[in-house]
Amino acid sequence: MNLLIESIQWILDPQNYVGGNAIPLRVLEHLGFTVATLLIASAVAIPAGFFIGHTGRGRGLAVSISGAFRAIPTLGLLTLVALSIGIGLGAPYVALTILAIPPILAGAYTGFEAIDRRTIDAARAVGMSEGQIVRGVELPLGLPLLIGGIRSAALQVISTATLAAYLADFGLGRYLFTGLKTRDYAEMLGGSILVILLALALEGIFATIQRFVVPRGVVSSRSRVVRVR
Amino acid sequence: MIEFRSVTKRFTTDVVAVDDFSLVLPSRKITVLVGSSGSGKTTLLRMINRMVDPTSGSIEIDGVDVASLEPVKLRRSIGYVMQNSGLLPHRKVVDNVATVPLLRGVPRKQARREALELLDTVGLSRTLADRYPSQLSGGQQQRVGVARGLAVNPNILLMDEPFGAVDPIVRAELQQELLRLQQELDKTVVFVTHDIDEAFLLGDQVVILRTGGLVAQIGSPTEILARPADEFVASFVGADRGKRALHLENHGGGELVVDSEGRLAGVLTRDTESGAAAQGRAGR
Ligand SMILES: Nc1ncnc2c1ncn2[C@@H]1O[C@H](COP(=O)(O)OP(=O)(O)OP(=O)(O)O)[C@@H](O)[C@H]1O
Ligand SMILES: [Mg+2]
Repeated sequence: MNLLIESIQWILDPQNYVGGNAIPLRVLEHLGFTVATLLIASAVAIPAGFFIGHTGRGRGLAVSISGAFRAIPTLGLLTLVALSIGIGLGAPYVALTILAIPPILAGAYTGFEAIDRRTIDAARAVGMSEGQIVRGVELPLGLPLLIGGIRSAALQVISTATLAAYLADFGLGRYLFTGLKTRDYAEMLGGSILVILLALALEGIFATIQRFVVPRGVVSSRSRVVRVR
Repeated sequence: MIEFRSVTKRFTTDVVAVDDFSLVLPSRKITVLVGSSGSGKTTLLRMINRMVDPTSGSIEIDGVDVASLEPVKLRRSIGYVMQNSGLLPHRKVVDNVATVPLLRGVPRKQARREALELLDTVGLSRTLADRYPSQLSGGQQQRVGVARGLAVNPNILLMDEPFGAVDPIVRAELQQELLRLQQELDKTVVFVTHDIDEAFLLGDQVVILRTGGLVAQIGSPTEILARPADEFVASFVGADRGKRALHLENHGGGELVVDSEGRLAGVLTRDTESGAAAQGRAGR
């Protein structure tokens, strides 16, 4: 209990808001790292997922690759990458991108697969081109599940990004590693609390986005009063 | 005019969906393809707008081989109505109807105005325009599907069991509506169903198919009922039973028409006019 109070005092201590180790700076680093990782992972996983969902090809491969990726222990992977490309931020970027790809990929293709085939078939039959089907039908209808995939990737990355501090002077993980070295448990716990708060905030944001992107016609049940614009 | 020339479609080496099929579908008439499940009706229909390409043979629209046309462009020039309407669930009714005109570059305002007019045409209230498909009844959705099929003012309208998923009363209503529309619009309609009553009611020309896309008989409803080509057709159209196998019974001087189950169908009158009507299309 004492430790919890001390760690909150540590979080509130004005001394921790100045210099190169300031909390706002670490939070920004941590967030920036998470966002960058998610962007890189999305750039790979979303087109691949759309391709799989749209064509139905390569699904088996994606499932097994995702499964294999998920089974890799992150710390082990991080070490392995660091051994080959050296100390610094490169290794965490690579390792966490690999961690983030499977949930985004799964979100993208399950989002596509969940769409009624007849809807897509009808869109094609009335003369929508493949690109128009992707943009006008599959994307809006598959978006909620895709966002769900990004949401779970974000949660994993933001919590695992603490490991980046293992290889670089970087992010909220720094407090955990220095705290561990100097036996400053208040700092360690304070750092952990910050990571948790950040993760919760991100969760809240994604939950809101996810609700927001569900198309109106799909949520609106027949019993609900129809709003006319 | 649509013409099938020796069209065969194999999905795999052993699945022959359509086998050496030839047919002329006259312009501005309703041709109905009828047959049991798996007899190749949908496959035939979808070869017209290149949703399916034939393995061999060709399909011509007004003398032009569809294989020489770009699929997307071809599809935008042909109306397509399917079972369960196939509407886009995330778009409002009016936007669903305007989908293809918008793709073709019709200005938004005009597309919306024309879509609203089409709702009138298919007998839907304009108050439904801003609803989503999930907020409509099955019958209403089907009407929206028809309106969307008509939106580009196509010469050809392809309809794949469009009324298959609605209850019999609504179906009867929609059938009458289609006949009324056809009188006004004069489209070349290709209509798929497995309901022989529907086929006889709607079809100027009826094609009865057996499994494997083989033609059992082609003709007007009158021709088919009067001279079924074989046992299969006779039993498929029910000429040997029920309400289509009628006979006369004399009851104290009055001649009554009775069906094969002994149910009273009506009275035989000697009036020439109604006699002619009795020779007309069944059910119309
Ligand atoms: N994409 C496809 N791949 C493989 N086989 C197919 C495909 N589409 C249809 N078939 C097969 O071709 C045959 C004819 O199918 P089709 O859908 O044309 O029948 P249908 O007369 O429309 O039947 P239903 O009344 O059930 O709709 C069936 O045996 C079907 O299994
Ligand atoms: Mg069919």
